[in-house]
Amino acid sequence: MSYLPTNGERADEGQLIALNMGPQHPSTHGVLRLKLLLDGEIVRQVEPVIGQLHRGFEKLAELGRYPQFIMICNRADYVSTFAYEAAYVRAVEELLGLEPPPRAQFIRTICLELDRIQSHLLWLGTFGLDLGALNAFWYGFRERELLLGLFQELTGARLHHNYFRFGGVKLDLPQGFTERVQSACNELERKVDEYEEFLATSDTFLMRTKGVGVLTKGMAVDWGVTGPNARASGLDFDLRRDEPYFAYPGLSFAVPVRTEGDCYARFAVRLEEIRQSVRMVRQLLRELPEGPIIAQGWEKRAAHLLAKPEGEHYTRIEGPRGEIGIYLVGDGTPSPYRVKLRSPCFQHLAVMAELFRGQLLADLVAINGSFDLVMGCVDR
Amino acid sequence: MAQVQGHEALGELSRRFAGAIEEAGSLKDKPFLRLRQEALLPLCQAAKELGFDHLACLTAVDYPQHGYFEVIYNLYSYAARAHLVLKVRCPREAPLLPSVAGVWKAALFLEREAYDLMGIRFVGHPDLKRILLPEPWSGHPLRKDYDMAQEQFVSKGPQGEDLVSFDQTRGW
Repeated sequence: MSYLPTNGERADEGQLIALNMGPQHPSTHGVLRLKLLLDGEIVRQVEPVIGQLHRGFEKLAELGRYPQFIMICNRADYVSTFAYEAAYVRAVEELLGLEPPPRAQFIRTICLELDRIQSHLLWLGTFGLDLGALNAFWYGFRERELLLGLFQELTGARLHHNYFRFGGVKLDLPQGFTERVQSACNELERKVDEYEEFLATSDTFLMRTKGVGVLTKGMAVDWGVTGPNARASGLDFDLRRDEPYFAYPGLSFAVPVRTEGDCYARFAVRLEEIRQSVRMVRQLLRELPEGPIIAQGWEKRAAHLLAKPEGEHYTRIEGPRGEIGIYLVGDGTPSPYRVKLRSPCFQHLAVMAELFRGQLLADLVAINGSFDLVMGCVDR
Repeated sequence: MAQVQGHEALGELSRRFAGAIEEAGSLKDKPFLRLRQEALLPLCQAAKELGFDHLACLTAVDYPQHGYFEVIYNLYSYAARAHLVLKVRCPREAPLLPSVAGVWKAALFLEREAYDLMGIRFVGHPDLKRILLPEPWSGHPLRKDYDMAQEQFVSKGPQGEDLVSFDQTRGW
């Protein structure tokens, strides 16, 4: 775009106004800058400017040893930290041919599903906030705190867990943990109905979301949109069901799919996913096997010496925001030769710029909120 | 053309582009083909017609010891539930490749990222510029010979444009 990106100044092109939204705008959920060209309230052109949170993770991976990148990559998406850890750990394990014991698989899956719930709760809160529903924000964060407390008990950290290890997990479940997760599940199930009631019956909320920002299935596939955003557009695909990993093969759960592709569909799919995740956690707790939590020989700091995979491949898991992929190249040394983090948010941002065109400025905020971007995940 | 199952599509592609395939094998459970550069675009188009509608990942790896970059395309077919990995090499001194942004829109951002961090030029990309780093940045950080001792500092110019300097006092 050939306009001066100065705030509020009129550009040369007719009556169009150039406006910068972000990088510190509250509704951009992080440091996203959108260069907008407005015709009154209608958005004519959008150019996202990203990279403010680029921390060079892919280069950092090459500088350290394999286990060191676990605690770095979970900072990529700081809202769902288990997901990136899981993707990376799985990529290395597959290259090494290492199989974690069943109990570790179950604990990992419990972590991933609780992580999905807390990530969706944070999204629910901020999405409500974007649309003026301040109560969603308080409630979403209140219930999320419940889960963060459980994570702290399990891993020692509320947010950046550094809990998964090659061949298993760091620590076993503390005493009484399963009971506390159970009661959190009961609590969450009740609360989700409550959220649905006060959002899905609000006229304001429905007017702001129904029919707004429609993403068609064809567009979603073409632009590489994955996860709940793609499922809200009618793409019936979930890696947990279609390419199961960890303890997912034995679980029974439904994959919510909507065909409308609007902001409301994305809301409804995520809300249903919280319910399904609660269901999965219950099953996992019931069937949790006894046994070791890490593959033999991989305890403590052994991974620093043992993790020297050779070869390359692409692994992906279903993160709360979509397909998290790791392209890993190992050359038999203790450091990765190349790690590529395939971020779902990066692809979503690309298609959002396309969706914004021709929309009202206020709807841009709704669409942006409904896609659940985390800028750390975009910029890596 | 009708969509066919994953392994049939692979056979079909191998037959049609037999002369352009330099290597075929598998990366763990995913079949891969390494092609000549000139076959990349027609093969991608054919692959999309055969059902590989999801460009999951596009990335580049630097091999200075061999003097080339390897660019890897991870494709997936939702209909056939099948993977296909394409690899293509380009020389380090002239890293030029045809853009596949016309085939999958997902490549628009992914190619910009590969250009930004690895310095591969995708010919035919509608808007090939840096995406994560400021435009005047020197060098491509994911190259193995990138000089990390040389720090760069960013500031804003009078028009709001990014400025990059090696002088610590002129940026942050």
